[in-house]
Amino acid sequence: MAKQIIDKNLQRPKKSKAARRNLFNGLLFASPWILGFIVFTVYAISASLYYSFCRYDILTPPHWIGMKNYTRLLTDDVIFMHSLWNTMYMVIFGLPIGLVLSLALSLLLNIKVKGISIYRAIFYIPTLVPAVALATLWMWLLNTDIGLVNVLLSKIGIAGPGWLNDPAWAKPALIMMGLWGIGGSSIIYLAGLQNIPDHLYEAAELDGANSYHKLRHVTLPMLSPIIFFNLIMGLIGSFQYFTQVYIMTNGGPQDSTLFYALYLFNRAFVDLKMGYASAMAWILFAITLVCTLLVFKTSAKWVYYEGHTNE
Amino acid sequence: MSKGHSSSKRNQTILSHIVLSSLSLLCLLPFYWLVATSLKADMQVHAMPPVWFPHPIVWENYPKAMVYIPFLHYMKNTIVICVSSVIGTVLSCSLVAYSFSKIKWPGRDALFVLVLATLMLPGQVTMIPVFAIFRWLGWIGSYKPLIVPCFLGNAFYIFLLRQFFMSIPQELSDAAKVDGATEFSIYRMIILPLSKPALITVGLFTFIGAWNDFLGPLLYLNDDTKYTLSLGLQQFVGQHGQEWQLLMAAAVVMVVPIILIFIFAQNWFVKGIALTGIKG
Repeated sequence: MAKQIIDKNLQRPKKSKAARRNLFNGLLFASPWILGFIVFTVYAISASLYYSFCRYDILTPPHWIGMKNYTRLLTDDVIFMHSLWNTMYMVIFGLPIGLVLSLALSLLLNIKVKGISIYRAIFYIPTLVPAVALATLWMWLLNTDIGLVNVLLSKIGIAGPGWLNDPAWAKPALIMMGLWGIGGSSIIYLAGLQNIPDHLYEAAELDGANSYHKLRHVTLPMLSPIIFFNLIMGLIGSFQYFTQVYIMTNGGPQDSTLFYALYLFNRAFVDLKMGYASAMAWILFAITLVCTLLVFKTSAKWVYYEGHTNE
Repeated sequence: MSKGHSSSKRNQTILSHIVLSSLSLLCLLPFYWLVATSLKADMQVHAMPPVWFPHPIVWENYPKAMVYIPFLHYMKNTIVICVSSVIGTVLSCSLVAYSFSKIKWPGRDALFVLVLATLMLPGQVTMIPVFAIFRWLGWIGSYKPLIVPCFLGNAFYIFLLRQFFMSIPQELSDAAKVDGATEFSIYRMIILPLSKPALITVGLFTFIGAWNDFLGPLLYLNDDTKYTLSLGLQQFVGQHGQEWQLLMAAAVVMVVPIILIFIFAQNWFVKGIALTGIKG
C-alpha cells in the first residue's frame, strides 16, 4: 500500500511532463490552423459584426450608426428583397430538381453493366469545368438566336425563349445550366448506394418486394444521410451563388438574376458600402442557420442512421 | 421459364445501355459544341442552320485568342498560384491533422469541433474584414492574399486528412516513440509516407480549386499583368463578347488541363470522393 503511494508520487511528475510535452507538441502542430482561426475567423467575425453597425467605406475608419443598416435592409431596400426572392427561387425550384435528378442518375450509374466506370467519368467531368469557362460556354449555348439549346428546341418544334435576355427565363436557364453538373452529387450518392448491404435487398425480395418497394423502403432510407448532406450543402451553396451570374448577366435582365451574394458583392466592392454589406452578410448567416436548423429538426423524421433506430 | 428470365435480364441490360449512352451523349454535347465552335470560321459560327462539323478547321482561332489576351502569361500566373497553394495546403493541413489525430492533448477534441464549425460559416461574413486585413498589410495587388491563407490550413482538408490518419494503427507511432522518435520524425517518416493517397487527393483538389477560383483573384488582383486564367477569360468575355469562336478557344485552353489531370489521376479522385462520402 505504502509502496503504491510512493510509486504514484514518483510517477506523477513524469506523467505530467509527458502530458505537458504532448500539449506543447499538439499546439505546435496545430498552430497554423490556430493562427488562421484567430485572424480569419475569430477576428474577422467580430470585425464583421462591428462593421454591420457602422458606416464603413474601407478608406476611412468605421463610423457607428447603430441598427440603421439592418432597419434599412429589412424595411427600405426593394432591391435587397428582390435579391432575397431570387435566391429563394433557386432554393425552392433549383435545389429539389437537382437533388431528385442527381439521385435518379446515381441509381442509373449503380447498374452493373459493361463500361459503367466510363459513364460515371462522363457525368462527373462537367463538374470540373471552371466556373468562368462554364459561364462562357453556357452564354454561347443559351444564345437566343443561334445558341445550341434553342437550335435543338426548334428541331422538335419549340420556339425557345430568350433565356438570359428574358427576365422570366433567366433563372430557369441557370437551373438548367446547373443540371449539367449534377454528376458531382450523383457520385457521392453512388458511394452511399454501394455501401448498402445486399442482404437487405435479398430480405426484401423474400418478402415479395418489387423494384418500387425496394427503392422506397431500402434504398431511400439507407441513402437519407447523404440526401441530408447534399441538401444542406446545396442550401449553403444556393446562398453563395456568385461567379456564374457575375459573368453571364451581372444580375440582369431587370435584376432577375441579382442573387444575394452578387448584390452583397456589389454593395461592398462597387459602392464601397462595407457596413451595409456586412449587415447583409449577417442576415445571410442567420437565414442559412435557420434553414439548416429546420432541415436538422425535420431530419429526425426522415433521416435514418444505422444503429440509431428500433429503440 | 429460366430462358425467359435471362432474356428479360438481357433486355434490361440493353435498355440501361441505351438510356446511359443517350444521356452521356447529351452530357458530352456541350463539350463537343465548345470544341467545334473553337475550330470554326466566323461565318460558320453564325450559320443557320448550324454547322455540326467545322469546315475548314480553323486552328488559327487558338493563336488569335492567345494574342488578344496574354493567355500563356496568365496560365503561368495561375500555375504559380496553384502550386504554392498546393504546397501550403498539404503542408499545413497534414501538420494540423496530425495534431488532431495522433497527439493526445487536453482541449483537442473541443477545438476540432470548432474546425468543423468553421465549415458552416458563409464566406461572405468574413470576406470584408479579411479584405481589410490584407489591405492594411499592403498585400492587395499581390498573390499573397491568395497564397498565404493556404499555409494556415483548410478546415475541410484537415477533416479529411484526420480521418485518414486515424485509420493508421497507433502501434506504429508508439513503437517509434519507444525508439526515441520525436513527434516530427513520426509525422515525417511514418505518417506522411503511409498517407500518400490522401495527400495526393488533397493536393489535386487544392490545385483544381485554385485553378478555378474567381472571387479571390477578382478581389485581390488589380494589375492585369498578374491576372489568372479566370480573370483573363472574364475580361475576354467583356471585350469580345460576340466572337464566340475565340471565346470558346480560350475556354478550351482553360478546361483542357483540368480534364487531363482528371483522366490521369482518376483513381485519386475516386478515393477522394470516397473520403468525402464518409461525411455523408
